[in-house]
Amino acid sequence: MSASLAAAANVEPSPEATPAISVKEMRKCFGDHEVLKGISLEAHKGDVISILGSSGSGKSTLLRCINLLETPDSGEVRVGGELIRMKPGQGGHQTPADIRQVERIRADLAMVFQSFNLWSHMTVLENLVAAPVHVLKRPRAECLEQAEALLKRVGIWERRNYYPPHMSGGQQQRAAIARALAMNPKVMLFDEPTSALDPELVGEVLRVMRSLAEEGRTMLVVTHEMGFARDVSSKVMFLHKGEVDSLGEPKEMFARPPTQQFKQFITNFNK
Amino acid sequence: MEFFSSLLEQMSTAYDLLVAGWGVQLLWGIGWTLAVTTVSMVIGAVLGSLVAAAKLSHLGRLRFLGESYTTVFRGEPELLIIYLFYYGGTQVLTGVARSTGSIGPTDIVNMPSFLGGVLAVGIISGAYQAEVFRGSFLAIHRGELEAARAYGMSAWLRFRLVIMPQVLRLAVPGLGNVWQLTIKDSALISVTGVAELMLTANKAARSTHHSLLFYTVAGILYLVMTSISTPIFDRAERYTSRSFLRPK
Repeated sequence: MSASLAAAANVEPSPEATPAISVKEMRKCFGDHEVLKGISLEAHKGDVISILGSSGSGKSTLLRCINLLETPDSGEVRVGGELIRMKPGQGGHQTPADIRQVERIRADLAMVFQSFNLWSHMTVLENLVAAPVHVLKRPRAECLEQAEALLKRVGIWERRNYYPPHMSGGQQQRAAIARALAMNPKVMLFDEPTSALDPELVGEVLRVMRSLAEEGRTMLVVTHEMGFARDVSSKVMFLHKGEVDSLGEPKEMFARPPTQQFKQFITNFNK
Repeated sequence: MEFFSSLLEQMSTAYDLLVAGWGVQLLWGIGWTLAVTTVSMVIGAVLGSLVAAAKLSHLGRLRFLGESYTTVFRGEPELLIIYLFYYGGTQVLTGVARSTGSIGPTDIVNMPSFLGGVLAVGIISGAYQAEVFRGSFLAIHRGELEAARAYGMSAWLRFRLVIMPQVLRLAVPGLGNVWQLTIKDSALISVTGVAELMLTANKAARSTHHSLLFYTVAGILYLVMTSISTPIFDRAERYTSRSFLRPK
């Protein structure tokens, strides 16, 4: 990827620019257990935010509350400045006021899952065109052309007519990333994209993610890959017990951990 | 010698009875049996998917309705349901017609026998198909449904693009079983006077007094129908689950 693109991604946006995504005071309980205790987060265009935390810290839930796969109990989500409208629902919990709005916004927030979640009855190519054709209503021929280009980019074009269960985990995850790219999303959400992969397959997926970061994609990445967090992301957010423990420049954070919690977290990881 | 000549004689009688006498009607019987089974399966598929959806609903009342449907129609004897629809239907139609004065007080409006029969068998088939569809839906990988939501698909798109194709794939083996059950159930609607295979065999047996011959022949024909359907469903299963088999 060219150096100028990489540099452009690191330019600080002007303060008045609308964030690509902003989360305010998000709370979520599962039963009695409060998983998110008022989390706020802002990502500007080109930001790559790595969200770290031990299991149970709420990092995946945060991501899933952003695209409303889980309904947050309270708090605001804005995508490109547009507020996702909520209304009071049963039992004091809120629900989306307009499911159409949620569907439209989800299409702007492509998600990459830990277990790939490709549609197993469709070929790779069909997986890439299904949502662009049916959700975004783009012409099929154009979508197919784009899909083939994306598959070349992630290096699995030869597998375009394969069904997902016939491919390795690394290939499936690269296909899933291509499926996300096919939506031309404003923000990409990665939910532990390498956690289900065999160690020797992690590299091929990280390489694709790194190239996306370098071309200036806006990405929220829940991950356990410390190397990616340190070297690729523009910000690191560390969650501890449902709260933002620390947030900052990755190099700085890893060189001088701002909190005892974060220090302990990375020390445990390096063991 | 005498034994052989009597055997030959019997065989030629059987030949006369089957080919020259009842053969064509038995073929028609097969046709009607397949028609009854197919129409019942279609009725059952529509009812079965609605009932499966009800049983999977998060609304308690719908779940209760779905549960009741499958409990009742799998728990009652098939023959009772058929009588209920045919004779009960006749009684209702007659009552309505009499009360509106469109027929005389002693006239009767019969339930059309084909309609009454396929409704009854279809409703029973629907109870079994509902279980098949419900099981298939639950076997879909949850993550794929989640991905469909995450990519902005509406409930209808999720159903059409992800749920339905996968439910059909997973349901094929189960539907093969229901198809066999439904072929056998179709024999019961001979009581309503549809000239399917069972009724034809019955008529032939009574009018010729060759019960052994005609019931055996009918038995073989049923067996042929149910066993032909096995390889057909196997092939359908191989086609619909092609994404899970090793590529060639």
